[in-house]
Amino acid sequence: MKAHRRNKLIAILAGLVLLAGAVALVLFALSENINHFYPPTEVAQGKAPMDRTIRVGGLVSYNSVKRDNDGLNVEFQITDNQNTMMIQYEGILPDLFKEGQGVIAEGKLVTADRLVATKVLAKHDEKYMPPEIEQSLEKYGHPVQSKTTDN
Amino acid sequence: MIPEVGNFLLIMAFINAIFLGTLSFYGAQTSHQGLIRFTTRAAVSIFVLVLASFICLTISFINNDFSVAYVANHSNSQLPVYYRISAVWGAHEGSLLLWVLILTGWMAAVAIFSKSLPKDLVARVLGVMGLVAVGFIAFTLFTSNPFERVLPFIPIDGADLNPLLQDFGLIVHPPMLYMGYVGFSVVFAFAIAGLLQGNLDHKWARWSRPWTTVAWIFMSLGIALGSWWAYYELGWGGWWFWDPVENASFMPWLAGTALIHSLAATEKRGVFKSWTVLLAILTFSLSLLGTFLVRSGVLTSVHSFANDPVRGRFILIFLGIVVGASLLVYALQSSKIRSKTNFGLYSRETALLFNNALLAVVTFMVLLGTLHPLIQEAFTGGKSSVGPPYFNLMFSIFMIPILILMPIGQQINWKQESLKPLLTKFWLWAISSFLLAIAIVVVLGDLQPMAIIGTTLGLWVLAGCAKYILGQAGKNASLTAGMKKISRSYWGMIVAHLGVAVTVLGVVLTSYFSLEKNIKIRQGETVQVEDFKVEFYDFKNTQGPNYISSAGSFRIYSDSEVLTELHPEKRKYNASRMVMTEADIDAGLFRDIYMVMGEPLEDGAWAVSVYYKPFVRWIWLGAIFMALGGVLAISDKRYREKRRLKKQNAAPSDGLAKAGSEEADNE
Repeated sequence: MKAHRRNKLIAILAGLVLLAGAVALVLFALSENINHFYPPTEVAQGKAPMDRTIRVGGLVSYNSVKRDNDGLNVEFQITDNQNTMMIQYEGILPDLFKEGQGVIAEGKLVTADRLVATKVLAKHDEKYMPPEIEQSLEKYGHPVQSKTTDN
Repeated sequence: MIPEVGNFLLIMAFINAIFLGTLSFYGAQTSHQGLIRFTTRAAVSIFVLVLASFICLTISFINNDFSVAYVANHSNSQLPVYYRISAVWGAHEGSLLLWVLILTGWMAAVAIFSKSLPKDLVARVLGVMGLVAVGFIAFTLFTSNPFERVLPFIPIDGADLNPLLQDFGLIVHPPMLYMGYVGFSVVFAFAIAGLLQGNLDHKWARWSRPWTTVAWIFMSLGIALGSWWAYYELGWGGWWFWDPVENASFMPWLAGTALIHSLAATEKRGVFKSWTVLLAILTFSLSLLGTFLVRSGVLTSVHSFANDPVRGRFILIFLGIVVGASLLVYALQSSKIRSKTNFGLYSRETALLFNNALLAVVTFMVLLGTLHPLIQEAFTGGKSSVGPPYFNLMFSIFMIPILILMPIGQQINWKQESLKPLLTKFWLWAISSFLLAIAIVVVLGDLQPMAIIGTTLGLWVLAGCAKYILGQAGKNASLTAGMKKISRSYWGMIVAHLGVAVTVLGVVLTSYFSLEKNIKIRQGETVQVEDFKVEFYDFKNTQGPNYISSAGSFRIYSDSEVLTELHPEKRKYNASRMVMTEADIDAGLFRDIYMVMGEPLEDGAWAVSVYYKPFVRWIWLGAIFMALGGVLAISDKRYREKRRLKKQNAAPSDGLAKAGSEEADNE
């Protein structure tokens, strides 16, 4: 084999090994780090795992935000208009966090209906509704409508 | 009246772009001189039309013309005039118009600065850009027209610009970023034009190289500005979130970085030609994908803006056409491309090959992580997101070999080099980097293995740059004589790599040694936060131009010495009733102290966040160095040569190639 052919072969093989390694790593890292989204109804149905980081989201229920006065713990309830769940968070909530608005919380479930959040996302644009929440509200938020479609 | 004029001008630009996008190819194919001359004029006139249209929209903003829906939704009579101007690109419609303006600006620049290139090639390049312009102007006109009126019920006042965007960052960040995004359309157009013509020689790389570098400079600065803006404006003390919208800008940057390197190899040595062409196509495709991700809102992002599925579909179709058509052209024509392959295993060509392979893999993994939620949704219907740990892990894994190879790659010779003497010279530098890294890490905090690895790599790249300069000095009488011998484009490379080192050090040291604390504090109280004391000594409500501000005043002590006084604010904007936190930052080269007002608690206490961020400025400082490197590279002698030769009117393209190849041998 000529030198440049050999080099080409080495380059191609090195490339393939690198690519295979990369794909394997990527798939492994992805499987470890995907945060699935669950609306409160699915959490209530027990579909959400307990020991993994997940995302939940819904509208913040009115008059549900309670602040712990000697620390920075805050608790609030979110709803998809069918079921509710509690979110617990330590820290400063984002500027656009408001009762009645859509939020997404990322964290782990500690009991069947309580999530300890490490991150709370509220949106920059107050007109904007995260697509997850919009869908889950459509799905679970109007029980009357969904009944008629079931029939 | 003015909005109608703007709309009319934009329609004129659209019609012109259609002519440009079709007649140019016909003219180039049939060598019709009249049509070829038309293309350069059309390119300039389209730019002038879009510019005039853009000015019309700006005037509507300055004059508070709330009969225009876009102005009414994103401005307010209380808004200071400079924010009224930047509000033009503060939301979807206007930022698209800015996009079109910049695209046509690049097009006009190509028309003006390519007089020394073959005329039919320039015609084709402008034709490709014209077609891209047709797509984007159509998108603006048919789905997101900023000139639409709200008649007959004109609002008395506007809804105001999103307070987050009322900031210096917004004035400069989008134009910079768009200059980069859209700038990659030039090298894309060169690639497609070259493919259509069927003769992609090394000249192709020479011509498109400076354009790519300029786009890359803007993109680097744009991303850095965005990161800096998020850092001080969002109040989380974070500078990068691996958010889909950030990734959207990062992917073309990564691909563009790979492209700059492979263009160098293609220009100097005639290798990797077809890969370079493919990379040019992919880089611009990633720019378009980025636009799609940002503008369609298919992914949940911290930067989400209001969106509309029709727009998303339009860009997706456009993206499909552009990528599909260009890959088709590539598939049909790339067999005509002939690359040289005569280089040894230990050569700069191989080093650049690794650079490109690794950068391509990094780009791919960012792409996969960004699109994964969409793929997942398509197959399972479930919503998900990919967390930062994925990106952090994957990015670090592939950056490590890139950084290890960087100093070697920048010193290894073209064609062939014996590895052993090259590596022996590096041992001492590697060991010193490692020892210095341990020292730095010990000073800043705990001995964490990843922090040591990252710091070592940053220093190793720095050492590589220093070693190169010293090596040149060794060959000459003195250090300054040696430094003068180094060509501008080489300086560009050194400075840009220096920038990478600075950014790496910033990222590693900030990530591992930042302090973040949320505390509860009353006015008059002093609270201990790790090694610091925080005193809350004053609180004031004041009136801003379009908001009411509540500002706390804090003193930060280290021992009993006052380090700094900070005044973070909470602002309530009058028009939108939105509350915004304004962080206050004491910035320094080696550390930032950062404070944010959180919520008022009971009995006059406040929740506040205090961050101590060592070396955070280095992240953006590095980006400035990278951009500076790019500027040095394009100011190299051989590009000025072009202009001189053009003036002499002496067979420009041949003379250019000759001057270039001599230069290549010198290096």
